[in-house]
Amino acid sequence: MLGWQFNCRPIATKLTTDNYKLSPVAELLTYISFPEWLAYTIAALVQCALLLAIALCSAAVGIWLERKVSARIQDRLGPTRVGGKFGWLQPPADGIKLLCKEDLIPAAADQILFRLAPYISFCAVFCAFLALPFADGWVAVELNAGVFFLVAVMGLEIFGVILGGYSSGSKWSLYGAIREAAQVVSYEIPLGLCVVLVVLLTGTMNLVAIGESQAGWFFNWHIFHDPFTFVAFFVYLTCAVAGTNRAPFDLPEAESELVAGFLTEYSGFRWVFFFMGEYAAMFLVSALGALLFLGGWNGPIPIASLIGLTYENHDILGWLGNSLGVVNLIAKGFLGMTFMIWLRWTLPRLRVDQVISTCLKYCVPIVSAMLAGVMIWCHCLPGGVKSYSFPRSAWERTDPTLRVDGIPDHAVTQSVTMLRSHAEHGNEDYREESR
Amino acid sequence: MSLITEPIGLPHFLVVGAVLFVCGVLCMATKRNVLGVLMGIELVLNGANLNFVAFGAKELNPNGIGLDGQMIALFVIVLAAAEAAVALAIALSYYHAHATVDVDRGDELKG
Amino acid sequence: MDFSINWHSCFFLLFAIIACGFAAAVVLVGDIVRMACCLVVSLAAVAGLFFLAGAEFLGAAQLMVYVGGTMVLLIFGVMLTSRGPGTAIKTGGGQWVLGLIIGAALLFVLLQVAMSSSAWNGPNSKTQELAAVANSPLPQAGEGPGARDTSDPAGQLGLGLLGVRGDRLEQENKVLNRGMSGYLLAFEIISVHLVVVLVGAAFLARARRKTLTPASRIPESPNPRTTDTQ
Repeated sequence: MLGWQFNCRPIATKLTTDNYKLSPVAELLTYISFPEWLAYTIAALVQCALLLAIALCSAAVGIWLERKVSARIQDRLGPTRVGGKFGWLQPPADGIKLLCKEDLIPAAADQILFRLAPYISFCAVFCAFLALPFADGWVAVELNAGVFFLVAVMGLEIFGVILGGYSSGSKWSLYGAIREAAQVVSYEIPLGLCVVLVVLLTGTMNLVAIGESQAGWFFNWHIFHDPFTFVAFFVYLTCAVAGTNRAPFDLPEAESELVAGFLTEYSGFRWVFFFMGEYAAMFLVSALGALLFLGGWNGPIPIASLIGLTYENHDILGWLGNSLGVVNLIAKGFLGMTFMIWLRWTLPRLRVDQVISTCLKYCVPIVSAMLAGVMIWCHCLPGGVKSYSFPRSAWERTDPTLRVDGIPDHAVTQSVTMLRSHAEHGNEDYREESR
Repeated sequence: MSLITEPIGLPHFLVVGAVLFVCGVLCMATKRNVLGVLMGIELVLNGANLNFVAFGAKELNPNGIGLDGQMIALFVIVLAAAEAAVALAIALSYYHAHATVDVDRGDELKG
Repeated sequence: MDFSINWHSCFFLLFAIIACGFAAAVVLVGDIVRMACCLVVSLAAVAGLFFLAGAEFLGAAQLMVYVGGTMVLLIFGVMLTSRGPGTAIKTGGGQWVLGLIIGAALLFVLLQVAMSSSAWNGPNSKTQELAAVANSPLPQAGEGPGARDTSDPAGQLGLGLLGVRGDRLEQENKVLNRGMSGYLLAFEIISVHLVVVLVGAAFLARARRKTLTPASRIPESPNPRTTDTQ
């Protein structure tokens, strides 16, 4: 009667199924005559499981590292018995122990939110893994705004923490949650500026492209691009530690002041989720730092391209080279985690005012100055120092004049000249038109 | 079933935008908590934003406004954040003055 | 079951249902913190819809600014103004009836408009011609990471904010050429606006210290209890 109907125009290929890259799993399943939709669903689930495995493994290894490193720093041995010589099986043992704990929900708590909070926290971190490339092109979702997406989604982790702290109905939890919110929101500013600095250098927010632009020897890494990026890397390090609530910035769960902060009322499985979220976030932040500043999946020496493990030679060789890249990135991620753990067991906790003033009085001004410095550097040395001394094929791939993603430089120049003429003759055009 | 086998078009987005908008309006009309009203405003802005993005998406609307849609939506997001900050500051001041966040209690100027 | 699922539509449906459902929940739920939670989920689903519409940068911005920033702010406000969980201010029945009537009427009108979008958005010869000129594709860039996807809107958004319309560079039509100066002025205004808002919000929400009256100043008037003991 009303003539309501969905009018569907023929949609460009981007939005249809035909253009999706068929994953190997889906290919295999359709080959053994699964219906297409089922094959796709199973393939999607398999890939989710793979990504989840990476997130969980990084958390488990992080917990083991924490125990071992802290023990060594305190002149102990740490776990030695569970699972052989090095206590490899300690994280699963911890997990089983925690699952057996009593599952408490305080009477004053908001039941639904209290149950929901840990999952929100973990899901946010897990979603951020979606945009993290592990090697050249090996990324779950290649987004043009990849870095931005990753930082944005990672920032959602605090949401679960705030909810958990608020819904616990305990003042320690609430204090912890409010501290967390204040701290993380303030540290997102310098962190974002550090990311902007790298985006300025590469001219893209695509994480794969950012990684690619650092291919080759270690002096191609952004940290060695110029003195400003070198300083900015350490600001990033500070912000990353603060953003994941690690000591010396662990005010939200300061044991000596707030019992356990937002975690006070949590036990058992839900506590495990918060914990895994924290460790997965540590890995994520380290991996992001590696991608932005430390060359991503490119090792200090380009072994893969030197011995010919590239896609140009053969698909399998390229696959091997990429696997090497994955090892590289994960190693850098765990290096970052180890550094964070080392920091935690070395430095005493800061006060609240010190945490905020570190951010606002030191990190933000420093990184702003570095941003300005990088701009000047890029203006004076458009190709960077290395383009004069080491002309290489890898560098040629990232044309330094190609500053704006997706828009060729000649178009930019053209538009600028157009704008100039527009400013000079704009009124004349207008008069012509009105006549 | 046609909803998941057919490609989606502009009207689908507009319908979601409309529902969000109406929910926001309802929220603004029925909530007496200042912050509830604020949340209603956010929903209204999001409904409008969704429409802008849908109009701007070339795949959905080839003759549409193109990049302008995203640009306007971006401005809306920024302005909404600014609005939220100021509105919250006002809500806090209101709370300090009245010890409540009930909008119906702020009636000193009533003649 | 021999049909091909359009995954894009499938995910659209998922996100749309989440967005609308939780938006309705925002209206129906009484507790203010739960309202905020529902709103977060709804806004995150809207970000998902942005991704589906091809606006990746905007989706990420939505997640960052709305879900990450505004909602944290809002929850802060909720925490500072509510006394413990479960503080709900009840709405009268009359208001509900009135609101529902208005809402239903508005929904009807908006749905009517949305469904008939093909009629008012249909092929109009003049607009189509202009659009065809406006949407003329960019020249293909060479190989390189920057040229990965020429349809990337993020870089073009950035250029647009600087006053260059990257998507309408090859413009022959003078009429359209004039409207291409982008959004530089708006960008500048909004940056200044943000600074003003920041200062203004901090000023409005500042902790008000009670002005010290001379009687309450400790050095000038000795504490009565200490005088008693003396």
